[in-house]
Amino acid sequence: MATSPQLESSSSTDYLNAEYGVKSWLLTTDHKRIAILYLASITFMFCIGALFALIIRLELLTPDGTLVEADTYNKMFTMHGLVMIFFFLIPSIPAVLGNFLIPLMIGAKDVAFPKLNLLSWYIYLFAACMFIYTILTGGLDTGWTFYTPLSTSYVSSSVVLGALSIFVVGFSSILTSLNFIVTIHRLRAPGLTWGRLPLFIWASYATSVIIVLGTPLIAISMALVALERFFGIGFFDPQLGGDPLLFQHLFWFYSHPAVYVMILPGMGVISEIITCFSRKKVFGYWSMALAILAIAVFGFLVWAHHMFVAGISVYSALVFSFLSYLVAVPSAIKVFNWTATMYRGSLYLTTPMLYALGFIGLFTMGGMTGLFLASLGFDVHVTDSYFVVAHFHYIMVGGMVTAFMGGIHFYWPKISGRMYPETWGRVAAAIIFIGFNLTFFPQFILGYLGMNRRYWHYLPQFQVLNVLSTAGASILGIGYLLPLGYFAWSIRYGRRVGNNPWNAAGLEWTTSSPPPTHNFGETPIVTWEAYNYDELPKDIDMRREETVVQH
Amino acid sequence: MSNISQATAVSIREAVDKHSLHGHFADLEQQREAAKLGMWVFLATEVMFFGGMITGYVAYRDAYPAAFQAGSVHMLFVAGTLNTALLITASLFVALAVHAAREGRRKALIGCLAISMFLGVCFLGVKGYEYYQHYLDHKVPTRSFQWDGPDPRHAEMFFVLYFFLTGFHALHMVIGISILGFIIYFAYKGRYTPEYHNPVENAALYWHFVDIVWIFLYPMLYLVGHTHV
Amino acid sequence: MFPLWPISASTMSGQVDALYIFLIAVTGTVTALICILVLVFIFRYRHSKHPVAEQVTGSIPLELTWSLVSLGIFMIFFLWGANIYVAEATPPKDSLQIYIVAKQWMWKTQHENGEREINALHVPVNRDVRLTMISQDVIHSFWVPEFRIKADVLPGRYTTLWFRANRTGTYHLFCAEYCGTLHSGMLGKVVVLDDAKYQQWVSGGGEMGSFAATGQKLFQQLGCANCHRFDTQGRGPNLVGVYGKPVLLGSGRSVIADDAYIRQHILNPGSKVVAGFKPIMPSFQGIVTEDQTLSLIAYIKSLATPEQREPVSNRPPVPKSAGAPEVQ
Repeated sequence: MATSPQLESSSSTDYLNAEYGVKSWLLTTDHKRIAILYLASITFMFCIGALFALIIRLELLTPDGTLVEADTYNKMFTMHGLVMIFFFLIPSIPAVLGNFLIPLMIGAKDVAFPKLNLLSWYIYLFAACMFIYTILTGGLDTGWTFYTPLSTSYVSSSVVLGALSIFVVGFSSILTSLNFIVTIHRLRAPGLTWGRLPLFIWASYATSVIIVLGTPLIAISMALVALERFFGIGFFDPQLGGDPLLFQHLFWFYSHPAVYVMILPGMGVISEIITCFSRKKVFGYWSMALAILAIAVFGFLVWAHHMFVAGISVYSALVFSFLSYLVAVPSAIKVFNWTATMYRGSLYLTTPMLYALGFIGLFTMGGMTGLFLASLGFDVHVTDSYFVVAHFHYIMVGGMVTAFMGGIHFYWPKISGRMYPETWGRVAAAIIFIGFNLTFFPQFILGYLGMNRRYWHYLPQFQVLNVLSTAGASILGIGYLLPLGYFAWSIRYGRRVGNNPWNAAGLEWTTSSPPPTHNFGETPIVTWEAYNYDELPKDIDMRREETVVQH
Repeated sequence: MSNISQATAVSIREAVDKHSLHGHFADLEQQREAAKLGMWVFLATEVMFFGGMITGYVAYRDAYPAAFQAGSVHMLFVAGTLNTALLITASLFVALAVHAAREGRRKALIGCLAISMFLGVCFLGVKGYEYYQHYLDHKVPTRSFQWDGPDPRHAEMFFVLYFFLTGFHALHMVIGISILGFIIYFAYKGRYTPEYHNPVENAALYWHFVDIVWIFLYPMLYLVGHTHV
Repeated sequence: MFPLWPISASTMSGQVDALYIFLIAVTGTVTALICILVLVFIFRYRHSKHPVAEQVTGSIPLELTWSLVSLGIFMIFFLWGANIYVAEATPPKDSLQIYIVAKQWMWKTQHENGEREINALHVPVNRDVRLTMISQDVIHSFWVPEFRIKADVLPGRYTTLWFRANRTGTYHLFCAEYCGTLHSGMLGKVVVLDDAKYQQWVSGGGEMGSFAATGQKLFQQLGCANCHRFDTQGRGPNLVGVYGKPVLLGSGRSVIADDAYIRQHILNPGSKVVAGFKPIMPSFQGIVTEDQTLSLIAYIKSLATPEQREPVSNRPPVPKSAGAPEVQ
């Protein structure tokens, strides 16, 4: 019975101090450094997106326009959506945690194409600069969904540049995913069969496949909008016989799988966290792995549930509603299995675990309201209302961002070699949970009552709920600011940790924290199953002093 | 140690010396398999990209079959057929080039790729000529579009699709020709051996893909209106 | 104390609310169950109380059970919602027909008797109303929360919505598809009147006469009558009795001459020409507005009444072999 070994590592040289200087960072091909570069970039873009959200919530404190003009408000929600989806959520876990962890988790020295990896980051950066330039030269007010013919013929904002920046950032996603697929297929350490992989790898793999197959469709949608606008050639123009619904189909064929791109990596992280802090193998490993694949496959078959009132045929609507219920089943299985993983475990309520538990609650609520929306008769009433806004924020913020925060906390010691302050971590997690629910729960009610989304003015009777929502958003904002503060603090003053401060399973924990540039002294040979918590120490040392590696 | 494994050891050493085996790979085979898988994954994205546009074509053609037929009649059938022949021949030479690379025949490799490049450039030349003719004929979809038959709007939509599809295809041709150019350069520098010639194989894959896209476009655009040649 | 749903003012409202309550009840129960379980586990199995984890790693029967039960519940959600949706997609015959033209950023309502409204819609209570809608510019969406109905209003294509208001009062109309600067200002009111008041309102009538009469004037003005004569001598098909019937095309296919077909034919005559006729009809795109097109359609529809014209037709009969006619 072989346990995962605690491998020797040279304690003084790790990937952070192997080389110094700006050039060593900007021209790095080390996947770990690239992950840090992404972390900095997406955090920056998140702040921009959050700024737009702040303006939206402040404006919505009053039923009439007080803070900004209608056009400005329209730009705020458009750009909030675009920045958060394309420049924060989609890259977040894959580009940061995926880049950092995938080679480590599979016992490889790096990803399959390290230079391509760096190129992906530069493409991301270039696209982000294009988008920021779009913001500065008038912004975009088409809605993040770019529906035609509004976006092609009826607005005067920087649509071409904005659409092209999305086109470019798509390439960054595609190249990263290509890298991950090849890495996971070809660079696994000897003995690491598919059935022994951590679920984070399964999730990253499925996410990458979705990105590879789906992103070209958003690329072509954006390209066609840009071409139509730039050359005046009416591809979606009804006057030429163009069909505005064709745009919607092309757009949503990507944008629905995109939501699974956003949530699957988060689900992978949650599996890692819950198993570690329950000291248990995951309940139903193969169900979990196959559920991930099922979500990816079915995710491609449900796009027109965004179009139930758009003018599709009744027959299509029935089919897509049915399929949408099918895709909910694997997600439900995952929630049940995470809960069952905790059963008879030995639970630690560390910060990552708090985020994971928050995820279970919030993702479940988001998922349940997805079941509401998949029901045709119900959707007719609430589509394009705040009910939908609440639903997707529960999944994306309550689900994905929560998982991201959990993952950053869980892997922070591995990434930086330092521990964050645990009490502050728990406090921030609690603040985020409270703030989040206060922000978005009232929006379910608002939606059913009849408040439209993308509305700058609203009926006075909706004000109370809107004020509650804005209050929640302020609390949420504070919750997100705290980690920025204490992570920065921890880089200098945080407790140093050894290889495996959590006594967690997985190859990534067998090397030093931070890892050396080439990850492993020698290539590991894997003879154990995933989540071998039956073989690992039963306890996690939560003391504040320096931890020594235990066996 | 037998002669064969000695030769392998030598070629691996050569490969590492020539910087062809990258440090994070265990051996050349792993590297080759990784590179090939990478190119296939990339081609999958290209299939989806063109697939999106082709879906648009299918949707509009199904809605307006007569207009699309009429539009296709205005295609330059001879030019399109010539281009198809050029492209298929170029692909033949690319395949021969790969064969040469596998056998280490450097001059044949370079020669075949050069012919393919030349044929690719000819393809673009013919395409340019076609575009120019369409321009003179007022068939470019902008305000200057003119159409004498019934249903001018949907006929214009045919031309929108024609220019978008062949335009994106031409862009990929330019990329493909440039890649072949790079391969020729590195082949000249002696970079490729029978044990290591991944870039040649992958460049060939890309070229064949661009060819296959054309094989879809040709009937969709040219043959629809030319059923009786 | 605090309303959780809008007033119910149509026959669909109660059904949608019932579905809502059912969804809340079922999903709420399951969510509560999961949350309670999690809390129980946190308490029962915390490390200090339960230092050694027991590796319970799977149970196929349990997993199958909760998967199939979930699927079963989902199917109920699907069927219930589908039922409502299909009912909403099937306007009853003899509905009161009203036309809606949306544009940035207002609603234009047109009643068949000639009444026109801006940003308002007067309808009788307890009567089926069918809306045929189109946009002049971008995509809009017609939403009346109190009725629980919504449908997008598209440029280039008619969409329909029907409802039966069962409570008098004034209700909100919102545009529910982002349409530019004043999207949130594109509001209207739906006024549901009892029979007496509605008759009073309706007889206030348009000075222009009925909508179909407007269409008739246009039919003459634009020269349609020159080719579309009401005998067999016209260069274009005789339009008497054509509305809603199958028409044979030159390609051999047949289509129903409904609103969509007629509109398309006015704007783009070359695309689906009736068999036996030359494609010589000029296009009226840019010449007629969407409102005018609707009035022409209303006129052509009115040509179905037998006492107006003799049923003399120069349109080719549609053989059975042409297959089932397509609906636009």
